[in-house]
Amino acid sequence: MIETILGLYNYWIVIVLMMAGFYTVIARGNLAKKIIGLNIFQTSVFLLYITMGYVRGGTAPIVDPSGEATLYTNPLPSVLILTAIVVGIATTALGLALAVRIRESHGTLEEDEILAIEDRMDGEH
Amino acid sequence: MEQAIDIVLMAFMAVTAIVMIRLRNLYAVVMLSGIFSLLSASMFVVLDAVDVAFTEAAVGAGISTVLMLGTLALTFREERPRRRRDLTPLAVVLVTGAALIYGTLDMPHFGDPNAPIHHHVAPRYIEDSPVEVGPPNMVTSVLASYRGYDTLGETTVIFTAGVAVMVLLSGVWRRRRRVAPLDPDAGRVSADGEGRPAHTETDP
Amino acid sequence: MRMHSVLRTSTKLLMPPIMLFGLYVQFHGDYGPGGGFQAGVIFAVAFILFALIFGPDRARAVAPSWVTTPLCAAGVLLYAGVGLVTMALGGEYLNYNVLAADPHDGQHLGILLVELGVGLTVWAVMVSIFLAFVERGRVETTAPDPESGDAPRD
Repeated sequence: MIETILGLYNYWIVIVLMMAGFYTVIARGNLAKKIIGLNIFQTSVFLLYITMGYVRGGTAPIVDPSGEATLYTNPLPSVLILTAIVVGIATTALGLALAVRIRESHGTLEEDEILAIEDRMDGEH
Repeated sequence: MEQAIDIVLMAFMAVTAIVMIRLRNLYAVVMLSGIFSLLSASMFVVLDAVDVAFTEAAVGAGISTVLMLGTLALTFREERPRRRRDLTPLAVVLVTGAALIYGTLDMPHFGDPNAPIHHHVAPRYIEDSPVEVGPPNMVTSVLASYRGYDTLGETTVIFTAGVAVMVLLSGVWRRRRRVAPLDPDAGRVSADGEGRPAHTETDP
Repeated sequence: MRMHSVLRTSTKLLMPPIMLFGLYVQFHGDYGPGGGFQAGVIFAVAFILFALIFGPDRARAVAPSWVTTPLCAAGVLLYAGVGLVTMALGGEYLNYNVLAADPHDGQHLGILLVELGVGLTVWAVMVSIFLAFVERGRVETTAPDPESGDAPRD
């Protein structure tokens, strides 16, 4: 039992973080808050990949010149996540830019108020 | 010992995330998200993914915090309190979380060297990359050489996102035709205004 | 921010080491942790710090948009161009072995160029995004207040 918990707790924390981000996205109406929730979700995915690539007793995947270290952490998740982080900030910036434009055209960032304004504009056409 | 560090850092991250959900002051939330990134960067160091930790520390704790503060300066500092309490999202999240936790019960244990992920392409990268490619840092050889197409695609995504942000935010001349929203008249004018920039663009 | 001499002086002191560190990370990525993505971000942080303390106008003077905007594309083109060169030399797309007589030297050169392309794009995109946000804020404050009713309607 203890062994199972110690073997799987990393996934559980990842799931807690993922659900925290998911909850922020679906329960909150503020667009800026939703983007922050997406960021939490995204970090939890990064953490999932990196914990899966970890090898207990291993070392960072940089060749040891002395040749003593033979067990390395898996480099593949690192590669995938390293690019994903930078792509993530670029797409987050895009989301924030959209939020700024929505604030300028609608004067609010609350989802229900935006929908109400959109409805009113549709009704006048 | 290492396990204790893992558990403490992960618990800090979970607590930070939950506090971020509950706070309404968006400035506080953004500062906490910087702390959250820093905690995850420390976590990546403990997990031997030094390249990732490096990136996360520079991007998450640095640039993303600054960008979010910039956005808040252009929008609002406070989130509006919700009018009614809706329990549906909480139920959805709890059910999804429980299903995912059930799914993890068959997963290979944390840090297990015999997990399937370590026996597919990883041995090839670890054993052959110093000979085939050269650089001692395997992450660099995989990133730039073995998975060069992938990285080219990622760079293109960054470029595209950058161009999109510039298109959205740098159109200064268009800004003055936008009209304020909340009163009903203005809504109509701005709806008319939508069609106009195309017309005014042709004016010399 | 104009009066904070401690902030201004320490920014001036910090900028060169940050940029030097960015270059180190860029060109030392083969041997230690680092590479184009991190270097681009770190190099951009130096400019962002400068823009935060000295204002967007002076930041635009050191990173004008006619430099940053083309560089966004130049990095991607450099990356894709390395692939075209390897094809012209008879290899597959992005097979760096053919770039030099010795495959190891070819790989080294290829990785260096490709990482440089990544670094350029990431730096230029991050600086452009940040300055786009900051300049948007300035337009907002100098433009006639849209809520006051006397905003020009066309």
